[in-house]
Amino acid sequence: MTVQDQATGTPSLDTVANAAATPEHEQPYAALGLRDEEYARIREILGRRPTDAELAMYSVMWSEHCSYKSSKVHLRRFGETTTEEMRRHLLAGIGENAGVVDVGDGWAVTFKIESHNHPSYVEPHQGAATGVGGIVRDIMAMGARPVAVMDGLRVGPLDAPDTARVLPGVVSGVGFYGNCLGLPNLGGEVVFDPTYAGNPLVNALCVGVLRTEDLHLAFASGVGNKIVLFGARTGLDGIGGVSVLASETFGEGGEGAGRKKLPSVQVGDPFAEKVLIECCLELYHAGLVVGIQDLGGAGLSCATSELASAGDGGMEIDLDQVHLRAEGMTPAEILSSESQERMCAVVTPENVDAFMAVCERWDVTARVIGEVTDGENLRIHAGGEVVVDVPPRTVAHDGPVYSRPYARPASQDELQALTTTGLARPVGPAELAEQIVTLASSPQLASRAWVTEQYDRYVRGNTTAATPADAGVLRLDESSDRGIALAIDCNARFCLLDPREGARLALAEAVRNVAASGARPVAVSDCLNFGSPEDPAVMWQFAEAVDGLALACAELGIPVTGGNVSFYNQTATTAILPTPVVGVLGLVDDVHRAVRHGFGAPGDAVWLLGETADELDGSAWAGVVHDHLGGRPPRCDLAAEARLAGVMAEGAARGLFSGAHDLSDGGLAQTLVECAVDSRIGAAVTLPPGELDPAAALFSESAARMLVSVPAAAEADLARLCVEVGQPAARLGEVGGDTLAIDGVAPLDVAELVIAHAATLPSVLDA
Amino acid sequence: MSARIGVITFPGTLDDVDAARAVRYAGAEAVSLWHRDTDLQGVDAVVVPGGFSYGDYLRAGAIAARSPVMGPVVDAARRGMPVLGICNGFQILCEAGLLPGALVRNTGLRFICREIRLRVEADTAWTSGFEVGTAITVPLKSGEGRFVADGETLDRLEGEGRVVFRYAEPAPNGALRDIAGISSADGRVVGLMPHPEHAIDPLTGPGADGLGLFTSVLGRLTAAA
Repeated sequence: MTVQDQATGTPSLDTVANAAATPEHEQPYAALGLRDEEYARIREILGRRPTDAELAMYSVMWSEHCSYKSSKVHLRRFGETTTEEMRRHLLAGIGENAGVVDVGDGWAVTFKIESHNHPSYVEPHQGAATGVGGIVRDIMAMGARPVAVMDGLRVGPLDAPDTARVLPGVVSGVGFYGNCLGLPNLGGEVVFDPTYAGNPLVNALCVGVLRTEDLHLAFASGVGNKIVLFGARTGLDGIGGVSVLASETFGEGGEGAGRKKLPSVQVGDPFAEKVLIECCLELYHAGLVVGIQDLGGAGLSCATSELASAGDGGMEIDLDQVHLRAEGMTPAEILSSESQERMCAVVTPENVDAFMAVCERWDVTARVIGEVTDGENLRIHAGGEVVVDVPPRTVAHDGPVYSRPYARPASQDELQALTTTGLARPVGPAELAEQIVTLASSPQLASRAWVTEQYDRYVRGNTTAATPADAGVLRLDESSDRGIALAIDCNARFCLLDPREGARLALAEAVRNVAASGARPVAVSDCLNFGSPEDPAVMWQFAEAVDGLALACAELGIPVTGGNVSFYNQTATTAILPTPVVGVLGLVDDVHRAVRHGFGAPGDAVWLLGETADELDGSAWAGVVHDHLGGRPPRCDLAAEARLAGVMAEGAARGLFSGAHDLSDGGLAQTLVECAVDSRIGAAVTLPPGELDPAAALFSESAARMLVSVPAAAEADLARLCVEVGQPAARLGEVGGDTLAIDGVAPLDVAELVIAHAATLPSVLDA
Repeated sequence: MSARIGVITFPGTLDDVDAARAVRYAGAEAVSLWHRDTDLQGVDAVVVPGGFSYGDYLRAGAIAARSPVMGPVVDAARRGMPVLGICNGFQILCEAGLLPGALVRNTGLRFICREIRLRVEADTAWTSGFEVGTAITVPLKSGEGRFVADGETLDRLEGEGRVVFRYAEPAPNGALRDIAGISSADGRVVGLMPHPEHAIDPLTGPGADGLGLFTSVLGRLTAAA
């Protein structure tokens, strides 16, 4: 039977039979983002033209966002460089919703970082909120309880007019969604740079904890098993990059002219997601789920094709069973909707009633929408007709792959030649002190409390450290002393100067931040934010960064477990700084022994671990004081990073440290200021021994360095440990007093530093 | 036999695990109560924890106040059972009519999460273990934490010694008269915006000052038994 539109009596469905019978029917594939050859390939796969619904599925699944068609050839480097030894503790890796790491005692941890950049520019609050919601569902789909979030935010200059719209909106969105979900926010990054002014970056990380036996993977197997869609209703919202689907020119379905077009940025309902989390966890614990998939980008198109593709049979889906929130939705719209807070599960027939009972307890709507078959194709019905009949792999996995041209831009040489050598350096106690305060109160380095005070860090009672600590630290469970540490980092200024070295430095910094807590780094998730892949210079940045990061992970022996690529981050022809954000997961054997952030107690010694070279190119000092970006980034010595991390872990286990803080943006000066400000105590220190002038000693951003506080009784032990492993170390002075007294620098009053550091963001954002 | 303290979970409740942990740390048994329950399982006291019950739809606490479990809670409270409402729980107790006043959006219109100092100003079922005048440090985390009431009600609360907690510094959320928490006339029902259940262990909070609320009520329950 053909469904008739009651008003007109004309057929309203583009069925498979209709598609086969009307090969010449013109389709808006170009408007949906498909190229001529891609459309031709779809026709070749199907042996006919696709139906409207099939075209919708292929176009979203073959989009850059879903198919990674420009990045795939490069991302293979992560797999190629990951050894069996590195995979030893991985229960799931790249290709799953999120990587899963076995952390011992039957516990596993899963984490992933993902971008939600473009929606956050269009509608900052909802864009950022649904970014959090999406990554949380990825973690739920692994069978884990989400336990914390972090976020890396990059926006235009603090005083740029649009920043006053974007940043408060993004922060309120992240806070609104995360706070309502009851997930502690451990912090992250906030970076200001002109290149992000028209293209902010919102990268959200979620971490989850599970018992290893609860691990769930996304696959549909077992003939006769039911496909259950549960959670929010499916509506017209978020029919994203393919919003043309909602236009009257596409198909004849719907309600014709005057039909309401909803915004392409999805609207989040964290309450629905919180209930969905608890419902899912109860379903997992009751053993009622065979396979599970979240619905994110590309909605049901993605969930059904990926589940079927990863399974061992075909799948039949009936769109008439999908619970909708709008009337008259076409099959293409139902398949493309990105309505939030939905999950798709594979359930054995005998468990369906029990599954429905759990959903009922949580007031979660659930419907059986199909089943696994012994066929090969994914067949989707609507109105009693077949509207999709495709090999699922061709939708989910066998999309186009491009080897985009890439080339090192000629301007790179000029950029690297523009070093900081000629820049005036501060001399004398007064000028040095003045520049320390200038840096500490600059938007780049000022306190982020304005942001992080809008996030709940306490909920669930397992947070033992959060921003401004270098890494967030969480107890895994009340019954255990085990914990995890997480940090996300990227200095994109370094990446512009040298994308390969910059990506390595991003990894090094994240490792160092995790190590600052005494944790052992074990796994990586990355979020690769770049400009247009159609620009060979951008593609070169991407290729360099990926290769550099892959090799660096191999050198450190920690695998990349998953992540996300975001291209087309640019305003007209100006790309953002290449921004490969790296998240590192570390393990803490005993959270009671995790190293605290900042300075220790009065009288404790202050030691600098690591060596300082004259490396001011790309530094915060060059940027803030001289508005300069050029030269080469600091050298990245991963062996030195690994040695430093080893000293931190061993020292933490022996209880040698009463405080720690890594050195990164702003160098030693900024680390001393932040220790003093965050611990509300001063220190008297000398500059590290050597030939460096005071400006270099204070502001150089040499990597592989850490400032630690050491109780007097532990100093000899630390000195021995450093000698044993060849760790360069220097005793700089002692904690105490109300001033930060640096030899050769005018003394800085801690209370005044606190105010200078805290005032910058509120002075602009609350104005 | 140790005291049994109920901890209610509504859809959208977030701090129930923390409240239950605080009850256990204090030495009592935590009993989970579900929003659809109509029987309190014979508990000796009830904690209404924080979160966003029912998504804060309609108005924070408004729907939860009318949920099945709150009927017996209100009845028991009127008979003198100790009830503690924290954050969203405070909002629910106000909406349920157990406490006067209301909680509205912070004056800065933003969510505020920070450690804050409170002065304990009244001896109630939940504060009997503190000296009046003691300062405690607990986290505040709320977007609608500004306590408001008409002047007459505020005067009455002050006059009857029912201002239980006051912000030791100007209220960051603009709460009238810096009021952070209040009690019923009999001192058995207490509501406050800051979160004592997040301050029971220096490992995960600013200290252990918050545990005093839970040990206080245990002391009262044991003395009454």
